[in-house]
Amino acid sequence: MKVRIKFSKVGPVKFVGHLDTMRYFQKAIRRAELPAAFSGGYSPHMIMSFASPLGVGMESSGEYFDLELSRTVPTAEIKTRLNAVMAEGFHVESARQVEDGKASKAMSLVAAADYSVQFRPGKEPSDEWKEKLAAFYAQPSITVLKKTKRSEKEVDIRPFIYELALTGDEIKMKLASASGNYTKPELVLDTFWQWLGEEPKPFAYQIRRLEVYAEKECGNGKCFVPLEELGENVE
Amino acid sequence: MRKLALNDEILLKVDKAARYIGGEVNSVMKDKEKVDIRFTMCFPDVYEIGMSNLGMMILYDMFNKRDDVWCERLFSPWTDMDRLLREENVPLFALESQDPIMNFDFLGITLGYEMCYTNVLQILDLGQIPLLSSERGEEFPIVIGGGACAYNPEPLAAFFDMFYIGEGETVFDDVFDAYKKNKAAGGSKEDFLLMAAQIPGIYVPAFYDVTYHEDGTIASFIPNRKGVPGRIEKQVVIDMENGYRAIEAPVVPYIKATQDRVTLEIQRGCIRGCRFCQAGMIYRPTRERNVETLKASAKQMLKNTGHEEISLSSLSSSDYSELKELVTFLIDEFQGNAVNISLPSLRIDAFALDVMSKVQDVKKSSLTFAPEAGSQRLRDVINKGLTEEIILHGAGEAFRGGWNRVKLYFMLGLPTETEEDMKGIAHLAEKIAEEYYEIPKDQRNGKVQIVVSTSFFVPKPFTPFQWASMFTEEEFIEKAKIVKSEIRDQLNQRSIKYSWHEPDVTVLEGFLARGDRRASEVIQKAYQKGAMYDAWSEHFRYDIWKEAFAESGVDIHFYTTRERSPEEILPWDFIDAGVTKEFLLREWKQAKNGVVTPNCRSKCSGCGVRRYGGGVCHEGKN
Repeated sequence: MKVRIKFSKVGPVKFVGHLDTMRYFQKAIRRAELPAAFSGGYSPHMIMSFASPLGVGMESSGEYFDLELSRTVPTAEIKTRLNAVMAEGFHVESARQVEDGKASKAMSLVAAADYSVQFRPGKEPSDEWKEKLAAFYAQPSITVLKKTKRSEKEVDIRPFIYELALTGDEIKMKLASASGNYTKPELVLDTFWQWLGEEPKPFAYQIRRLEVYAEKECGNGKCFVPLEELGENVE
Repeated sequence: MRKLALNDEILLKVDKAARYIGGEVNSVMKDKEKVDIRFTMCFPDVYEIGMSNLGMMILYDMFNKRDDVWCERLFSPWTDMDRLLREENVPLFALESQDPIMNFDFLGITLGYEMCYTNVLQILDLGQIPLLSSERGEEFPIVIGGGACAYNPEPLAAFFDMFYIGEGETVFDDVFDAYKKNKAAGGSKEDFLLMAAQIPGIYVPAFYDVTYHEDGTIASFIPNRKGVPGRIEKQVVIDMENGYRAIEAPVVPYIKATQDRVTLEIQRGCIRGCRFCQAGMIYRPTRERNVETLKASAKQMLKNTGHEEISLSSLSSSDYSELKELVTFLIDEFQGNAVNISLPSLRIDAFALDVMSKVQDVKKSSLTFAPEAGSQRLRDVINKGLTEEIILHGAGEAFRGGWNRVKLYFMLGLPTETEEDMKGIAHLAEKIAEEYYEIPKDQRNGKVQIVVSTSFFVPKPFTPFQWASMFTEEEFIEKAKIVKSEIRDQLNQRSIKYSWHEPDVTVLEGFLARGDRRASEVIQKAYQKGAMYDAWSEHFRYDIWKEAFAESGVDIHFYTTRERSPEEILPWDFIDAGVTKEFLLREWKQAKNGVVTPNCRSKCSGCGVRRYGGGVCHEGKN
């Protein structure tokens, strides 16, 4: 059985890095006594795959990993058993059975993600940024200089910003997150800041990832669906 | 949700911020309003090392089982965090509550090795607690030290209010009860220390005066208060069934600790009596835990932590009488659940090879032997019961079983060592290589790899070598060069790699291990000049220490290269560590004559610990 786990990670545990979060869940799965499937060899490991690494310092209410179990367990039970052994800050939101096979791997499905960003107190741009955000987003193209090890090249990130809106002090955005067009919220805001004519301040953003989406054929074209919706509850 | 002591900006600037957030699985949260005693348990090294210390975790677990005590953890902030805490003037805090440690009732510091002494001062300093106990008022926590290095607490005497000598499980309850009683009666810190000094195993340095002869040796060491004992008796757990406090649910770190596994302590002490080994002397008598209790404990800890590995802990696992039964159980019970079983300190024999082939990949693993000395003569001097015959036989068996890597550990600078003994290291490595190449070519697994490592010998208190002289850096380097050149002269030299430790840190360790109260000033000066994380070669600054010695007017040679006479009062003589001075002296003479002493199970050597009434001394005599 392949099960997709959706979890949230908030509070102090946002400082637990991606690899350590993986290790955390491997141990949690053992504590929950779920029948995890293992690879062979002298150092067997759980067959699990995370959808998208979360940066240190970022909170999330929509993280995903897929886990292979050696037998079927009701999905509601998986969720309950995992939540019984979580540390403060981690919470399992859902567990759904998904199709086996490489094509349905969480990581290769990721197409977009929602983020909520707030400026830390005292770290906002000095300009009237709230009024100007809409104009920034309304531009037909937003060019950034992407540096790789070998070269620098100009990339238009505007097509990768699917949505961007301000509610109160909170900037919400939907950004492209597939391997070819992965766009970070920090990059969007740094660019906005420079567009305002200011140098971005370090450690200015408080970021929370809200959801991770796959792309799916809908009635009249393509649409984004949360990864958990590709799975189903089983009893 | 817990609130952190540090803001996000600080935590985002440092490496591995998860070192400072607490909140790990099985860490203990309590309501601070509902406890009487707040205790910080500190291991003065970085989080990953400290979280691997079993002793600290046993006490954490035990203290927190009391409703009236909340014990929290603390480790040395890494150098990046150290800088930020100073810049931002944030007082050092305990991991669980994130409250400043200066407001706690106790600050307990585990002293596992001498090279952490400057880190002890870092903890106090960052905690905004005066370094010297004499300068700490009523408002500061009681600073208490324990662990292996507390068997010679004198170099740290100026910084601590009290020391706990021996195993922590026994009298801490009495210490807490005395503290509460004193607090309720409105007593002062001094009143409490006087009460504590009367609890067995507790040493309050301020209640003792030391005088010195003109030659620098100790003239007298006597209590300066009424009711304070002249000798401090080490504490041991004798009933390993009911007195032992097994941990049910160890804390599970977020970041990978050095020991990222369940540690199952199978016994305390060692029957072998190697004359250089402090642990083998101070943890006497050897006491085994019941195998059925261990099985249940292994199961429980794996379930409660979710660790994917379990390791047996003891000084010499092969001497545990139920080892076969325990290891067979662990393999049968857990290997199917993909739990790795790690077996350190096993003597290489048929059983060990059989077990090792089941739990690890033979092609990737290596065999470890610790002959410690290159010749049989010198191995007899140090009472290391490992012979060349045993090593070659074990290695041969292993080679035929598919192994082709061997690690060999030796010490240089042991008492009575000659050039022949040093060269013997190279010869033994060569013989092992030859043993390998005796196997027909089509039956062996490529080339053999032999890694020879040498460390430099440090005489430790409460060993038969506590009177021995130590060598200088220059002499140590000469010794390593002799080994190196002799290895290069061997037929199979291409199969032998050689590495040795830096000698300057060893010499300093020698000073701190056998230092007296006058060492405190040197440690403090070195710390104030920037010494910290001395156990980490990339941070160790010998130049700083040299300045500290010069400014304090302390001659390191008095402590390192000088052989002590049996009549001399040693700085740690006021501690009764179980083994008697007569026994140690007898062993020192036997060593010089190259006479071996049988292990505790073969024949009692009358070391003095029989009076504790348990362990190997009373096996089969009930």
